Amino acid sequence: MSTPRPRPIGLLTATLALLRKDLLIEWRTRARLNAIIFFALATLLMFSFALGPDTKLLEKNAGGYFWLAILFASVLALGESFRVESENACMDGIRLAPADARAIFLSKALGNTLLLTALGALLVPVMVALYGVQIVTGAVDLGLILVLGSLALSAPGTVYAAISSNARARDVLLPLLLFPLVIPALLSAAKATTLVLQGDPMNQFGSWVGLLGGFNLIYWGVGFLLFPRIIED
Amino acid sequence: MGKFIKWGLPALSLVVLAAGWWLGLAWAPPDREMGDVQRIMYVHVPLQWMAMVAMAINFVAAVTYLMKASWKLDAAAEASAEIGLVLGTAGMITGAIWGRPTWGVYWSWDPRLTSEAIMLVTYTGYLVLRRFVEDPDKRATWSAVVAIIGAINLPIVWFSVRWWRSLHQVQSTPKTVDPEMTLALRVSAFGMLFLTLWFLVQRYRQALAERQAEVALPDALPPDLAAAGGANSTRVA
Repeated sequence: MSTPRPRPIGLLTATLALLRKDLLIEWRTRARLNAIIFFALATLLMFSFALGPDTKLLEKNAGGYFWLAILFASVLALGESFRVESENACMDGIRLAPADARAIFLSKALGNTLLLTALGALLVPVMVALYGVQIVTGAVDLGLILVLGSLALSAPGTVYAAISSNARARDVLLPLLLFPLVIPALLSAAKATTLVLQGDPMNQFGSWVGLLGGFNLIYWGVGFLLFPRIIED
Repeated sequence: MGKFIKWGLPALSLVVLAAGWWLGLAWAPPDREMGDVQRIMYVHVPLQWMAMVAMAINFVAAVTYLMKASWKLDAAAEASAEIGLVLGTAGMITGAIWGRPTWGVYWSWDPRLTSEAIMLVTYTGYLVLRRFVEDPDKRATWSAVVAIIGAINLPIVWFSVRWWRSLHQVQSTPKTVDPEMTLALRVSAFGMLFLTLWFLVQRYRQALAERQAEVALPDALPPDLAAAGGANSTRVA
């Protein structure tokens, strides 16, 4: 790098600038958040109808249904996060900026994490009311799982959304690629949530959180490394 | 070499496979507990091994592609994923056929079965992605990324579902079975290996020819059409 060129913007600065831009767009329209909230609420409601009014069964499976609702909603949120960039060739504009391309990954993935965490926080009271569950081991545990689970869906989801937003049949492609990938995350988040709701006599909470944390480390790392290859032209 | 691949390899694989399966079906003793049902092992286990070999080739090709792009590596990745998916699916079906009389069910949620099912879905997604991207350059890069992410996921899946429950018997390798069964299994596995190699070479050549045709298209067209096609593929550098 001996050629004189303007000093590139740092990774953190670029990430925060892009994140700010995405959040501003989201705040001004609130289209994405509204859409996924009502979608996830409808999903939670549908689980009750699919099972009939069996409150015991609903209470037992609440953790799984909660995460399935978030997973289904995440497909909409992730797809939309790159759709806004494909209008007016915004992605080309961002790429032309003298900044690290990995900042795009970090900002999009963090934005999606924030959105999914907010969604989850809104769904918790609905789940408590609809399924008649109690938060036994504390709200801090539930919050931890919510953040870790949202992070785990967002990192691989952002990579795959960037790919599928440019492919044909993108609405089919994203869940097809994402669902098998996030099975470990879904499994551990649902298990840990169930433990929070039903008590944890065997002290298993920590190991599921550990698995979720490991999943996050791997996919945030892999996404960070590989993302620039996806958006290069 | 060309002649060997075209005629020698399929002939060799069929002969060795026929010998292995004859040994397995007629010569090796029946299993003490499972009886003749166990003989499906000589088909099932080699299929699973070769599916793993094909997926490993796919992973190596994808990683190498990202380091040094070439159509050959992309063709190898496509060929190995497709063959691996076919072998894995056949392996899973033979496993289910064996499971019914042995376990009483076709399917159980044991870690090995669950992981393999997830593996098959993962590579189905990979192949669907390849069909849905027109630009050969982008297709190759994106599918390499998806192949790497999918392959990394398999050990995590294996680990996470193992915490659920377990039922599958200890893996069949030459160490866990009778010597006569071992010979039959080994010969069958080599037959399946040759067959897999033959499939891979054929599918690889086909994929490479497709890539070359795709990439060469603008030049092969008449000048006016090539200009139109060229304008389409012009990119912002």
